Amino acid sequence: MSSDIFLDIDRVTFGYDERVILSDVSLQFQRGSVTAIMGGSGCGKTTLLRLIGGTVKPQHGRITLDGQPIDPDNRDALYGLRRRIGMLFQFGALFTDLTLFENVAFPLREHTKLPEAMIRDIVVMKLHAVGLRGAAELKPNEISGGMARRVALARTIALDPELIMYDEPFAGLDPISLGVAANLIRRLNDATGATSLIVSHDVHECFLICDYAYLISSGRVVAHGTPDQLRDSNEPEVRQFIRGEADGPVRFHYPAPPVEQDFGVPA
Amino acid sequence: MRLLDFVQRLGSISLQILRALGHHATFFAELMKSLPSALRRFFLVVAQIHAIGNYSLVIIVASGMAVGFVLGLQGYYTLSRYGAAESLGLLVALSLVRELGPVVTALLYAGRAGTSLTAEIGLMKAGEQLAAMEMMAVDPKQRVLAPRFVGGIIVMPLLAAMFSAVGIFGGYIVGVLLIGIDAGQFWSQMQNGVHVFDDVGNGIVKSFVFGVACTFVALYQGYEAQATPEGVAQATTRTVVISSLAILLLDFVLTALMFSSL
Repeated sequence: MSSDIFLDIDRVTFGYDERVILSDVSLQFQRGSVTAIMGGSGCGKTTLLRLIGGTVKPQHGRITLDGQPIDPDNRDALYGLRRRIGMLFQFGALFTDLTLFENVAFPLREHTKLPEAMIRDIVVMKLHAVGLRGAAELKPNEISGGMARRVALARTIALDPELIMYDEPFAGLDPISLGVAANLIRRLNDATGATSLIVSHDVHECFLICDYAYLISSGRVVAHGTPDQLRDSNEPEVRQFIRGEADGPVRFHYPAPPVEQDFGVPA
Repeated sequence: MRLLDFVQRLGSISLQILRALGHHATFFAELMKSLPSALRRFFLVVAQIHAIGNYSLVIIVASGMAVGFVLGLQGYYTLSRYGAAESLGLLVALSLVRELGPVVTALLYAGRAGTSLTAEIGLMKAGEQLAAMEMMAVDPKQRVLAPRFVGGIIVMPLLAAMFSAVGIFGGYIVGVLLIGIDAGQFWSQMQNGVHVFDDVGNGIVKSFVFGVACTFVALYQGYEAQATPEGVAQATTRTVVISSLAILLLDFVLTALMFSSL
């Protein structure tokens, strides 16, 4: 394995009972890069993040972070690895009983013994990076969804993680917030040298900021490459996804008997 | 075939009960393991004592007063038949300290603080706050559940004591100020008849046990709630039902044990 690969997902299979969600998928993430994992709803993207975070365990295969295996059964080692990972949840997952300042300070207070003055400086710095220094004393219910996600991003990067995972960072944002979020992800990645992993189905925004992308469908990696390579791809499934066509290899209709049969008319 | 179905259902239900018991036991053990960390960061416990205890005070004081009034009236009605109306203070105090104080406080606690704990934890789960904590390498059981558990256990005997004290005062208002029983006899009979270890001690032990049971049920239901509005609503309802039944059952068991030691 090359040392340039920070996160390696090697032939991972995962499912619940009979239902297979990911089948023998392999993905590699270059150190310091922004990689997008794209695919339709329910294709297993968020499950991948849960597997990387060690919330669930793969049935087959193995995931390594900087050469160390992610093993949900070894709690101490897992928590050690999680300190190197930051995750931005789809709706921010801010602690609603704390102010924005306290939210960003939370990981610092939990994991460090820094003096209060230093914690204050770091929190102000992180909030400034996402443009919300002035909102530090507000509560999460006093800010918009887009702002909440920026605060969550400040909290995610509070401990300068080496891997930052973004779960649908563009979902439900207005055009201005969307542009701000995309710009922030790229800028923060370049400034901190972290490895970023974006799970999204927003092709346009992802292609603007990512270095590499994987396309997942029905629990399998159907294509991967740079944004330009994927744009030029002749694979029907890739073309359908990137152009947003309603019908194609991914069917519009859920499997069903012929419509004539349902209406009781001759075919 | 019917017999086979019946046996199959019986087996399935038994397995479900065993699985639930095992799950509860594992959860309780994990919570116990998290307690030292909660005690090390006692400021988190203090915040919970404030949140759970302080906000329950109004309902506890109001209910204690009402129960004291009723005990004063009913007690006088019964005792005066036997010419023992001056023992009203003793009757009110023993009823409250040994039984009504811990039990009614626990039932009110389950309705006021227990539901609030379940809803809070359940909504934290629904809002992915617990998952976010996990991803930050912070154990939600240590950071969120354990301080609430310790806080609940500390708060319950304090609330029960408050309930009993206010109830006795309510009995005094009815017995002495309204009915006209001699104040000296009201207090002196109480002072002579209520024993610190046998009566007050029993009440404290009961409150402690109820505190453990109610807070555990509330936290478990919140933590295991389905992360949907319906799931949280159902979990909150289950907290009240299970806690109330547990309090009444435990009260019987504890009272029987305490009587057997007399």
